[in-house]
Amino acid sequence: MDERLRAELSRQGVVVTTFEELYNWGRKNSVWPLGFGLACCAIEMIAASMARWDLARFGAEVFRPSPRQADLMIVAGTVTKKMAPQVVRLYNQMPEPKYVIAMGACAISGGPFREGYNVLQGIDRFIPVDVHIPGCPPRPEALLHGFTTLQKLIEAQELTGERRPRHLSAEAASEFPIPDHGEHDLVPSHNPEIWPPSRPRAAG
Amino acid sequence: MESLEQIKIWTETAVAGARLQLVTNPGPSGQHSLLVDNDHAAAVARFFLEDARLRLDYASNVTGIDWPEAVLQEKRKVKQTIEGVEREIEETIERRRPGFLEVVYHLYSMALKQGPVILRLRTGDRGAQARLPSLTPIWRGAEFQEREVFDLFGVVFEGHPDLRRILMWDGFKDFPMRKDYAPPQESGAGREPAQ
Repeated sequence: MDERLRAELSRQGVVVTTFEELYNWGRKNSVWPLGFGLACCAIEMIAASMARWDLARFGAEVFRPSPRQADLMIVAGTVTKKMAPQVVRLYNQMPEPKYVIAMGACAISGGPFREGYNVLQGIDRFIPVDVHIPGCPPRPEALLHGFTTLQKLIEAQELTGERRPRHLSAEAASEFPIPDHGEHDLVPSHNPEIWPPSRPRAAG
Repeated sequence: MESLEQIKIWTETAVAGARLQLVTNPGPSGQHSLLVDNDHAAAVARFFLEDARLRLDYASNVTGIDWPEAVLQEKRKVKQTIEGVEREIEETIERRRPGFLEVVYHLYSMALKQGPVILRLRTGDRGAQARLPSLTPIWRGAEFQEREVFDLFGVVFEGHPDLRRILMWDGFKDFPMRKDYAPPQESGAGREPAQ
């Protein structure tokens, strides 16, 4: 709809919107994170949820203790190979639509432990990550920025058509394979469906 | 705290047949230690715990060291007569040292407020003979730390009450803190080079 007409109508006290906008507006302002942390990044995540930074301003104050009630998984900290299957299992137990923020250098890439024997080199090898936040650990402001970035992503999602998100197409996978502990490494070492990520198409 | 030489004499007097060896540390810390033979390790540890002059009742730290097979070069001065003149020249001797694993115990006494006494045990090799007597029956606090040494170095502690991996998962086959450990390489996960 024409933006000028919409502005004119709102001056007259008439609010016009689309169902898609209303739906996404509601969703983006009530994202409930799953309450779990893996390492020091979790301390920053807790700080972000407390009074000083107050994640509640963005509608994310309710950290849920159950994956069944959560919309967002904040992977806050080092994902060890021993822990990785449980992280994927928790993600599988979350209902759609669900989102993932990889918080901190370890969750993105393994961070300082990347060349070690026991640390997964990024959680995006097994589950799709929507927002990556670098930092070691990222400050609460960085988490807030990552969270508002996620809100913008949710706001832009279309409900119908080819570009609709995963949870609205019946054939798209909602659960991801859980790796096993092998003799030398996780088996498989990554999910070939989602890793390595396909290169973004050149703008043009 | 008595000197290690004194402790060595006490121990060898009290424990029949025990062979202790003083291992010196040339670094600035100068933390010298006692190497004990495996057959008498438990008896020596029991003596350390119960002797009224030592009372080493607290195993503060248990750790492992991997010594892979190496060729050691030693220099020594040899007198040689060349063209009728006697001279002192340096000769380099190469010696092959077989690999072994070492476990180090740092012992303190809470009762007498003294320590540390550092005790070392060495395995026969890095394969089938990588076995040592467990000192958990003497110092209960060594249980998890001996499990960690087993997990990461592959030292089998005979007489340990519950020898399982503690950090890595049970099906894991490697010993990651050994010097020849190579982390698994991923196949097909490399990113395309940026253009």
